[in-house]
Amino acid sequence: MLDSFTLLADWLVYDLWGLSASTKLGDALHFFIEDTTKIFALLVVMIYLIALLRASMNVESVRSWLVGKSRFVGYLMGSFFGAVTPFCSCSSIPLFLGFTSAGIPVGITMSFLLTSPLINEVAIVLLGSLLGWKFTLIYIVVGISVGVIGGVFLDLIKAEKMLQPFAAKAYIEAKQSAVKGESRRLSLSERHQFAKDELVDIFSRVWKWVIVGVGLGAALHGFVPEGWFAQNLGQGQWWSVPAAVGLGIPLYSNATGVIPVMESLITKGLPIGTTLAFCMSTVAASFPEFILLKQVMQWKLLAILFCLLLCAFTLVGWIFNGIGLFLITAT
Amino acid sequence: MKIIKVLGSGCSKCEKTAEIITRLAAEAGVDVTVMKETDLAVIMEYGVMSTPAVVIDEQLMHSGSIPHRSDIEAWLAIA
Repeated sequence: MLDSFTLLADWLVYDLWGLSASTKLGDALHFFIEDTTKIFALLVVMIYLIALLRASMNVESVRSWLVGKSRFVGYLMGSFFGAVTPFCSCSSIPLFLGFTSAGIPVGITMSFLLTSPLINEVAIVLLGSLLGWKFTLIYIVVGISVGVIGGVFLDLIKAEKMLQPFAAKAYIEAKQSAVKGESRRLSLSERHQFAKDELVDIFSRVWKWVIVGVGLGAALHGFVPEGWFAQNLGQGQWWSVPAAVGLGIPLYSNATGVIPVMESLITKGLPIGTTLAFCMSTVAASFPEFILLKQVMQWKLLAILFCLLLCAFTLVGWIFNGIGLFLITAT
Repeated sequence: MKIIKVLGSGCSKCEKTAEIITRLAAEAGVDVTVMKETDLAVIMEYGVMSTPAVVIDEQLMHSGSIPHRSDIEAWLAIA
């Protein structure tokens, strides 16, 4: 089925515009058209279908589910829910406070918030169609693990002592009994309405990012020589991973813009771990997000969180550079 | 007169929500005061976790998205 997008690009670029596949421009344009049309089509279908399934899920029901769960289950489910719950990043602060004032440990709440930008249906569609299911699976496992480990660590160092006073007070005075999540059954037409709204909302937000991301990817694809990264930033240079993380953090993007770039970086020979580290640090650690969190956290905790992410992504990079070579040969 | 509060940290969706409600109220000829509430402690008191949320005369009507036109019109119609 996905071949039709290659054929469409063939027809447009080679037949209609008469460009040759051996020119850099023709190659880059073909790549751009094939990928954008494919991604747009998949996004429309997937966002709608996933929204249909999760229409009755909301942060309130997640909260009531997480209240009173054991720590271990809490981190894992917090991270998992972060991946699947529809939620906009401008809600992260009310959500943080809502969870905290229900007595959910800060670590579990942060598991949710760390995983949320990393994994979502858009990221999964892009990864699956560009880099194959094996890579997608690994990305999901790594994303969930970063959320779980980050959460466990924050509770170990007693992050709740480093919240802003009013948030810390809310946690101590938490009333677990007061929390009730309402999850009512939805009719099919309500689900359709929700899915349609989600589709319009998400699509209108991400389509520019797809164009920018694939555009950058196409430029890399057409103009950077084969193997350039492998020679200059390959396995041997251990420092390339922390450098990639350091470069990724001030660059602010979401998963949608970055994943098409990942594809090109990997096919041009940048090691998989370095690529993952770069992309995850671009997506998960951004200054606007940190400024928001300042409302509920003290500087000390923010600084710890920042270092935690730096270390986590660097480790992810090194580990995958070590073991990851066989993973992408399938694509 | 209805007092309508839009709760949210000032993101673009909250702005839009306040704008739509103001416009629809004017169209329907309903006398309202639309306020934006960005104070976190206040938002917490309403028990809201996903913004934008809409509070009309101290009652939480909606949270988590820009409300639909038909919903807003229904709220405005309740005198």
